[in-house]
Amino acid sequence: MALGTLFVIKLNNIWESSISTTAFRTAAIVVAVFTLVAAAIMWFVSQQTNLVLTQQVLAALSSETELLRAEERSSGLVGLRRAVALRSRTAGSGLYFLGDEKGTRLAGNLSEIPKELLDHHRGAVFSYPVQRAGSMSEQGRSSGPARRTAVGVLLSFGGAQLVVARDVEDQRVLSHRIRLVSLIGFGLLGIGGLLAGLLLSRLVLSRVNEITEASRAIMAGNLSERLPRSGTGDEFDRLAGSLNEMLARIEQLMLGLREVSDNIAHDLKTPLNRLRNRAEEALRDPRGAQAQRQGLERTIEAADDLIKTFNALLLIARLEAGAIDETLEDTDLREVVRDVTELYEPVATDAGFNLSVTFSEGGDLNVPINRQLIGQSIANLLENAIKYSVSGLKSDLRKTSDCVGGDGQDEMVLAEKVRSYRATAKDISVSVTPVEKGVEISVGDRGAGIAPEDRERVLRRFVRLEKSRTAPGTGLGLSLVAAVARLHGGKVRLEDNEPGLRVVVFLPSGKGRSGSQQV
Amino acid sequence: MRVLVIEDDREAAGFLQRALKESGHTAELAYDGEIGLAMAREDDFDVLIVDRMLPKRDGLSVIRTLRDEGDQTPVLILSALGEVDDRVKGLRAGGDDYLTKPYAYSELLARVEALARRTVPEEHMTRLVVGDLVLDRLSHRVSRNGQPIQLQPREYRLLEYLMKHAGQVVTRTMLLENVWDYHFDPQTNVIDVHVSRLRGKIDKNFDRPLLQTVRGAGYVIRDQAE
Repeated sequence: MALGTLFVIKLNNIWESSISTTAFRTAAIVVAVFTLVAAAIMWFVSQQTNLVLTQQVLAALSSETELLRAEERSSGLVGLRRAVALRSRTAGSGLYFLGDEKGTRLAGNLSEIPKELLDHHRGAVFSYPVQRAGSMSEQGRSSGPARRTAVGVLLSFGGAQLVVARDVEDQRVLSHRIRLVSLIGFGLLGIGGLLAGLLLSRLVLSRVNEITEASRAIMAGNLSERLPRSGTGDEFDRLAGSLNEMLARIEQLMLGLREVSDNIAHDLKTPLNRLRNRAEEALRDPRGAQAQRQGLERTIEAADDLIKTFNALLLIARLEAGAIDETLEDTDLREVVRDVTELYEPVATDAGFNLSVTFSEGGDLNVPINRQLIGQSIANLLENAIKYSVSGLKSDLRKTSDCVGGDGQDEMVLAEKVRSYRATAKDISVSVTPVEKGVEISVGDRGAGIAPEDRERVLRRFVRLEKSRTAPGTGLGLSLVAAVARLHGGKVRLEDNEPGLRVVVFLPSGKGRSGSQQV
Repeated sequence: MRVLVIEDDREAAGFLQRALKESGHTAELAYDGEIGLAMAREDDFDVLIVDRMLPKRDGLSVIRTLRDEGDQTPVLILSALGEVDDRVKGLRAGGDDYLTKPYAYSELLARVEALARRTVPEEHMTRLVVGDLVLDRLSHRVSRNGQPIQLQPREYRLLEYLMKHAGQVVTRTMLLENVWDYHFDPQTNVIDVHVSRLRGKIDKNFDRPLLQTVRGAGYVIRDQAE
């Protein structure tokens, strides 16, 4: 009993989970349509067969009737009686009855005129009791006398009544059997089809379930999980494959987002904290109004730093959305580079740098640019070069002084090294060169450079290498340059300046730009 | 100087009103575009300060309407949108200057005063004079106390801009925008170095310095003896 209930429940579960699948529904529809069409064909065939058989029987009956009529005409009732008796004795499907007006049997193998014929007076289907000895024993098991089906006609002539009929029981049984077999066949077909559909849907469902479960697990937070693949390369594998690619991309974006938000937290919270500290400090300052005033001024400075970072962040976000296309104008890059280097030349010179600019002779240096954005990019690169060359110089000298001892000879070596280093370390070279399909602007310094493995990373938003975290600035300079280049359909690459860092910004010329946006 | 401030942030508007009053100007306030437009039509102001995003009628539409009616009052646009194309849109609508929020009050004041001054026909003067410093805009010659001073082209333009706004505070961003035509915010003190070079040429060998630094604001060129 309990087992039965369990079985029903289990069956219900399978049913509910499977029946709602597309695979099962498709299979069910196919089976239903197939069965219906086959049933229609069977029905049509059996109808046609019946018709043909019935026509045959009717034709036989009418020809026999004609013969018996002719017999009666030639030899009278006696001849007819003899002919009927003769035919009745012949083994076969012929059934006869010859009777007088009152219906008393004169000859034939039927015992009486079937009621159905009396009612209709014409041809009709009737049943009759089996009289033949051989048949009696067969029907012994049934309670009443066995009856068989026949088709016949009733004729009356010369005071006699004649029934001519044909036994069609065998045909009836045959057609019954065909109907039964068809019913069973279609039943089996239907059940088999549905079972196959169920199986198919279970099969599909199990693969889909795997993917569904895996994707739920991924949604629950484990982004490094991947969808299972059976390895057969079927459509599910291909689906899982492309979903996995999507997951990899999402994971990468999530990691990037996390890194960015960590960096935002650091780069915005640090100045925010500084701002707060300064305000608090000013408030607490016991030295009075003058000191408080200074504290407030320092607070405003901190707020300005924060605003700078915030503005840079917004600008990068805006550039990455790629919304500033209409402001691109054909401009000679030489002019922009000359303007900006001229702007920075005094600062660089004051810091002891030698800023040199080279423009390549000839070549088309006109590219569609947003002058403001490109100008700001070059400014950022120059600022970086000045800022990091200084720190690079310091770290290099530290390294050198670390490895030499304290005796006089080494000190002389060190001094010599410093001198030779100074001779080249303070070069910042800017150049503009036409290349295939565009123009390259490069800014090179002799600073500490960036390790090859870090080069890709520093172009991302907010990335500042650990060692430069303490240096002033938003950490957005290079990211902004990269975003500006992308907006122009170009790109930025970082190279080894041997020693130092060289940043190369490629900007496509008007012809080189494919489409308006290539971000 | 009479200023109309059309700004829906009442605290910011109030701050501007008080600050302008302390600087010796009068400011009237309008909290939405419709009222602002009506006030600008009715009264004569020296400068309008218009926020870009206003209730009822946005700032650019107010400016455009005034310009279409022939009102040439200088307009400073205030905006939280600071990107390149927004600035272009603002200036195209008829604004004369564009300042991004958040701003330093000293920056706003310097720009408002520069705008108010613009109506004076100093734009077209051929000779700019501050004390004994003379800049001839036709021959591009500069001299102080009769001695010629050699300037680089950019130094000339820097001095020209400062002298055009003689007696007014000019901020670093204003110099970068008007002398170099760049709108970005440099991390380093690029402008200061240029100004100090210029100062070395025009002030160094003379008894009275003309080019002065205004702490927390910018620079001003003026003859203190006057």
